[in-house]
Formats: sequence, C-alpha cells, structure tokens
Amino acid sequence: MKAPPFGYVKARELGQVFDLLDQHGDEAKILAGGQSLIPSLNLRLSRPTLLIDINAIADLQGIRETAETIVVGALATHVALEKSPIISRYVPLVAAAMPHIAHPAIRNRGTIGGSLAFADPAAELPACATALEATFILRGRSAERRVKAAGFFHGLFETDLRPGEILAAIEFPKATASHRFAFSELARRHGDYAMIGLAAASPQPGTLRLAYFGVADRPVAADRAAACLVKDGAAGIEAACACLAEDLEPSGDLNAGPQTKLHLAGVLLQRALPSLLTSA
Amino acid sequence: MEQHDINVIVNGQKLRRRVSARQHLIDFLRNELSLTGSHLGCEHGVCGACTIQVNGTAVRGCLMLAVQADGASVDTIEGLSDSGAIADLQDAFHKHNALQCGFCTPGMLATAAELVEQHPNADREEIRAHISGNYCRCTGYHAIVDAIATVLDARRKAAGGSGA
Ligand SMILES: Cc1cc2nc3c(=O)[nH]c(=O)nc-3n(C[C@H](O)[C@H](O)[C@H](O)COP(=O)(O)OP(=O)(O)OC[C@H]3O[C@@H](n4cnc5c(N)ncnc54)[C@H](O)[C@@H]3O)c2cc1C
Ligand code: FES
Ligand code: FES
Repeated sequence: MKAPPFGYVKARELGQVFDLLDQHGDEAKILAGGQSLIPSLNLRLSRPTLLIDINAIADLQGIRETAETIVVGALATHVALEKSPIISRYVPLVAAAMPHIAHPAIRNRGTIGGSLAFADPAAELPACATALEATFILRGRSAERRVKAAGFFHGLFETDLRPGEILAAIEFPKATASHRFAFSELARRHGDYAMIGLAAASPQPGTLRLAYFGVADRPVAADRAAACLVKDGAAGIEAACACLAEDLEPSGDLNAGPQTKLHLAGVLLQRALPSLLTSA
Repeated sequence: MEQHDINVIVNGQKLRRRVSARQHLIDFLRNELSLTGSHLGCEHGVCGACTIQVNGTAVRGCLMLAVQADGASVDTIEGLSDSGAIADLQDAFHKHNALQCGFCTPGMLATAAELVEQHPNADREEIRAHISGNYCRCTGYHAIVDAIATVLDARRKAAGGSGA
C-alpha cells in the first residue's frame, strides 16, 4: 500500500522544527530514519499532514566523548553505532545489540533517536538504555529536560516526550574496567524483532541491571532477580530464575504464552551469567 | 498534492525532477525513470526486493521518499550492472543457479554488493546474516550463499595475488 498524502519539510535547524511543531501540533510527525514511520504510513496506521525531516540538523548528529559519558546524537544511525570504536569501547552493550536490530539495509538508515522515541517494547535499544540507566536529553523550544531511561518509557509506543519536544541526544555512562555486560535474544529469523531478549549491565561489582524486552509494553528491569545474583553470584541463579515470575509477569503474545516467556527469560539469564560474573 | 524539486544522480546521470512529497524513492525509479529492475514486494521493509544503493550504501527503496534523495547519488541494479561493478556476483549467481524466478535477485545483488565491498572476510555465517533481510521464495538460500562465498573467495585471492 502507498502512504496517504502529506506535506514535507526538510528542517535546517532546531528552531524551525519547534515552529513547525507549534503550528501543526499532533498533525506533524518527525521523520528521522523513516524505518518505522514510513512502514506505518504505508500501512496507513498513521495519517500525519506534515513530515518534518530532521536529517539535516547538525545539532542532532554525532557520537561524543566527555569525561564520564558518551553522548550520542539522536540521528546517529544504527550502522554508525555498530562501527563506532567509541561505542564498542565505552558502551559495549549497545555494540553487542546492534547486529540484532533489523537488517543491514534498515540499519543503514534507522537512528537511535527514532528507535527510542518509537518505544517498541520488542526493540533492543530501549532495553539497552534501561540496563545502562542512560539519560535522555529532551529539547523543547525554551528548555531542555534530562530524563532517566526508567522514566522515559511509559507504555506501548508511549514515552515521556511532550508535545513540541524532541529527543535530541542520549547520554550513556562510560564503561570502566570493571564493567560487565551481556546481550542475548531469541528471534525466529536473524534481524527480526525478538520473541524475548535480555540486555544486562553491571557497571561495577555489586550492581546489576537486567532489562528484558519483548515481555511487556515497555522494557522491564528484573530487579529481584538481579538482587539474587548480586548477593550470591552464580549460586543465586536458581533463586534469580524463580524471581523472574514476579519481576516480569509477562503477557503472552503471538510468539509464546506467559509460561513459555518466563521459561525463556530464565534461559537467557543462564546464558548471560558467565559474562556478567567473570571477575576482573 | 505537494510537489518538490529534487536534484539527484541516478546511475551516474544528473537529473532534476519534480516529485510529490508522498512518492517513495522506489516508485520514482520504477514509474518515472522506467528503472524497473528493482522490485516491489511488501512495501514495508520486510522482503528486501526493493533494495538499492544510496550514496553507496544499501537501503530499502520502499522506506525512503523520493524527496529525501535530493542531493544524493542513487544506484539501481541497472547502474550496478552497466558499470560492471557486480559482474562477478552476477556471474556467480548464474553459475550456481542462485535464482529461479529472479524476483528477489536485484535486491539480493544490491545487498551482496555491499557485503563484498565492506566485509571482504565474511564467512558463510556472516553472509547468511547479511542477506537475512532479503526474502527469496525459490532457492532456499543455499545456492545464493554459495555464489556470494565464491565471489568473496575469488576477490580475496585476486587481492592476495596482486600483493595487496
Ligand atoms: C523490516 C524491519 C525490521 C525491523 N526490525 C527491528 C528490530 O529487530 N529491532 C528494532 O529495534 N527495530 C527494528 N526495526 C525498526 C528500525 O530499527 C527503525 O530504525 C527504528 O525503530 C526507528 O528509527 P528511525 O530513525 O527509522 O525512526 P523513524 O521511523 O523516522 O521514526 C520513528 C518514530 O519516532 C519519532 N521520532 C524519530 N526521531 C525522533 C526524535 N529525535 N525525537 C522525537 N521523535 C522522533 C517519529 O516521529 C516516529 O514516530 C525494524 C524495521 C523494519 C522495517
Ligand atoms: S518492497 Fe521494500 S522491503 Fe519489501
Ligand atoms: S529466485 Fe524467486 S524469489 Fe528468489
């Protein structure tokens, strides 16, 4: 199917984006990589009257290193993250997730900002951002807000973004020598959305965040299970798996029922364990 | 309907055209320029039949608007064929019988072209992962993987043979 008619503006700077969002309200949609928006137009799931193409805006580009963080512009493409030596060194969880996101031709255009703003509960990056406790930098015309990943995802395709705001950048804490991480997912075909997946990060011994995706309407942090592993290490794995039922309360979907999902969540946790607990 | 002027280089040729905002790049290529080598299957990014190259990287022609190609260089299967850039891939597909109906082949070749350029050391597993986004309904992929692996091998030998 073809997209219904709409207007198109290639914005040159952020001020212009805010003007257009003010003028057009809900009728306008931001166009980043288009790899989720254009299919939804083609399927006529959404009927905006204006697309605001942000691809030319320099403020939203690039991957930058600061003393303690890595700041990734919303327009950084999946392939840029996949190839970036800064990401593989300082945000290795994201580097590990990248090859699982869609297919090469889609990764060439899809952006990190688009993926996070879209907030698909089966997507990899929202879970990575949750596991790493990334900070989302949201820009409005007159103010900037910083929101932690845990507060950014509100539900199915719903985020903390307010009318007139855009996601400008994402800030990840830099991995240090003690950083441990694990990424794994189960998908029917390589590159398809996962049936279930796990993004896990331990910035230093004694801290661990397990973020599951494909189990609910947003990424879910399995904090009880993480606490068992922090307390007892590998010996805590059985208790951790038992906790997953409370942490996740998965709903079934087309792929699998709740019990199967819970079982698979445990399988992924067992697979992740060796990378999370290796001593420095 | 809202119209925009675009300047675009298609298969090496500079063009200026007027397109409607909602026109997809693949429809522009097929309907306005009669470049019908790239195919349309699903129109939502899943099948890969519409894969072309924009500024040298593979993209889905159905997930990009023609107006977004303003200032870009676009190569379709026609251009990639005529320039000889993928002659060895085409040859290998032919030899290995890596197609039956051929519907997926232009997209497969555009995807494979990027792989052989960017990942000269890819193994079979990596070849499979790279073409995982392209559906073929006919061959079961084995022959396609064989063909791409042959080309990678031959290119590596050629590079080694010339001392590179
Ligand atoms: C066949 C196929 C398979 C896929 N498989 C996967 C997969 O396995 N895992 C996965 O994670 N993704 C997958 N995707 C989606 C893909 O990764 C997209 O690239 C991504 O979800 C959206 O990024 P985008 O830049 O293309 O955003 P767009 O499609 O341009 O935008 C998506 C949404 O976000 C909004 N938006 C974009 N940027 C901003 C911003 N800076 N601020 C505020 N709002 C913004 C848009 O208005 C729109 O509503 C798949 C896509 C396809 C077509
Ligand atoms: S037609 Fe573009 S991916 Fe199927
Ligand atoms: S050869 Fe028929 S779809 Fe691939």
